[in-house]
Amino acid sequence: MAEGIGLLYADYSLAEQNGFADFHVSLVRPRNLRRWFKPQVLFLSDGVPPFKPLPLDQAFPMFEWGLNWCVSSHAHRYLIIHAAVVEKGGYAAILPAPPGSGKSTLCAALVNRGWRLLSDELTMVRISDGKIMPLPRPISLKNQSIDVIKDYVPDAILSRKVLDTMKGTVAHMKAPTDSIACAAKSVPPAWIIFPKYQAGATARLEAISQSRAFMQVADNAFNYSLLGSKGFEVLAGVIDKSSSHVFTYSVLDEAIDMFAALKPPAS
Amino acid sequence: MTQHDLILRALRQPELLASFSLADWDVLVRQARRANLLATLYALLNERGLIQQVPPQAREHLEWSHLAVQRHVQAVHWEVRLICNALADVGVPLILLKGAAYVLANLPTARGRLFSDIDIMVPKESLDVVEAALMLHGWAATHHDAYDQRYYRTWMHELPPMQHIKRMTVIDVHHAILPETASIFPDPEKLREASYLLAGHKNLMVFSPLDMVLHSAVHLFHDGELDHGLRDLVDIDSLLRHFGDLPSFWHGLVERANELELTRPLFYALRYAAHFLRTPIPVETLEAATVGCPNRLTLALMDRLFARALMPAHPSCSDWLTGTARQMLYVRANWLRMPPWLLTRHLFHKAFISPKSD
Repeated sequence: MAEGIGLLYADYSLAEQNGFADFHVSLVRPRNLRRWFKPQVLFLSDGVPPFKPLPLDQAFPMFEWGLNWCVSSHAHRYLIIHAAVVEKGGYAAILPAPPGSGKSTLCAALVNRGWRLLSDELTMVRISDGKIMPLPRPISLKNQSIDVIKDYVPDAILSRKVLDTMKGTVAHMKAPTDSIACAAKSVPPAWIIFPKYQAGATARLEAISQSRAFMQVADNAFNYSLLGSKGFEVLAGVIDKSSSHVFTYSVLDEAIDMFAALKPPAS
Repeated sequence: MTQHDLILRALRQPELLASFSLADWDVLVRQARRANLLATLYALLNERGLIQQVPPQAREHLEWSHLAVQRHVQAVHWEVRLICNALADVGVPLILLKGAAYVLANLPTARGRLFSDIDIMVPKESLDVVEAALMLHGWAATHHDAYDQRYYRTWMHELPPMQHIKRMTVIDVHHAILPETASIFPDPEKLREASYLLAGHKNLMVFSPLDMVLHSAVHLFHDGELDHGLRDLVDIDSLLRHFGDLPSFWHGLVERANELELTRPLFYALRYAAHFLRTPIPVETLEAATVGCPNRLTLALMDRLFARALMPAHPSCSDWLTGTARQMLYVRANWLRMPPWLLTRHLFHKAFISPKSD
């Protein structure tokens, strides 16, 4: 645990003593017989476990998943979409996608080629102004994408691989230092891009209708229905301000070129 | 300043919150969230125009909870409408209880209040038709274990909770406010007679002000659901403050408690609301309510138990006796719920015969 935090959170400032913390989390070993036999780890949010314990070896990924849970189940001043989001030239590209679509791989590649990381998992659209609030934290890489990124970004800082989690083998990549430094700078959305990794495919970007994009993003939002009509209005705003596409790719370099050619919206 | 009772100080005098340090807010937000009172705190501050004085870090959390609750009120109205539609043809008097009643009656008690189930009360002889109508409209019984089914249907004051198969919302159908096996049994017929029709509805009622207070007192001090003890006490406080202006409310309260055999829960409710939340209660009422006072020894014990169990279940509010206090009150609630032989049988079945849920 300490190794993971030391490696991936070195660039963040510490909370002030006697200050205010949004979330008080801890990872503990449950007090039962499993202490000695196949030990486990439990994530606690202010003393209460939102999930069942996992094998001790998965402590660091559990910490990351736990933090995601803390944010997505409380921060309702934002419409929270399960999507990666990156920024360039003052505009954000939202990459919503189901697991296995290569969203995190693409995100990790982009943020090492000139894009700023806003978030790998949680796109937070502020209800008051429709802008996206960054939440730059480590990028979660799964299975083959770990080695793909190691090859593509040789100097990337990655945590130790953890095998056999519910998402397969997992490793986290450190968020770029610049992105962490700009964590308070929100930006408007400009593109919604549904990535689709397809072995052997040439990169292609196809426009899709606003209505289809709306429904798919709503499906990927954590608190869309909780926010009621506000959720609808905010999402409609995001769709209106963005162009929506499905993006099929297999080679990261082609993907980077395609993203570099994206035109910001004519305002 | 000591922090174990920040939440009480905040609820008693929201004006004081401006002087809270950031470290106090760090604890207060967590106490309030654990007690399900964060949105209530927002409402209290907002009404007094004090929300801007809260440090931005803490205000953020208050606003998060406020946004989560706003939609809840709308959802409750919608759900109640669907329940009314489902029961339109059954033609039985339908009484909303607790949270849903506060929302539909537009009481200040509903502000910031989040709850998961809708509770209704119908005449016992109509239970079958009501259950059938709800099933036809998509609600299905939970608790499929045969023992649980019999437990509810034979001994309890409600059907096993029903859940809507599409919306996943839960409805509790009651025919009384306490189990028939309990040592006291307020007559549901009397409660129904005093209920009043909600404006704009043909068949939807809520308890009279007096009975609403008494029901929330029973719920907290007899039925023993202490998971949200402080939230329930805040309900009582808010109902008393709101209805306290009605003519003859305070005089009628003890009288009605006598009539419904609820003097004990009322005594506790008034005592602890005044103690924890400084609810303004006329001296004569407090005096009259002592008809429900237990003997000195019991009262001393109860004071100590409730002093712990009514606080949020948060480490910053707990001491080494808190766990024991909660357990003792849980045992007490079951003790009051059914006679000893039945309780023994029930606990035996639950421990050794019922299939384990995990």
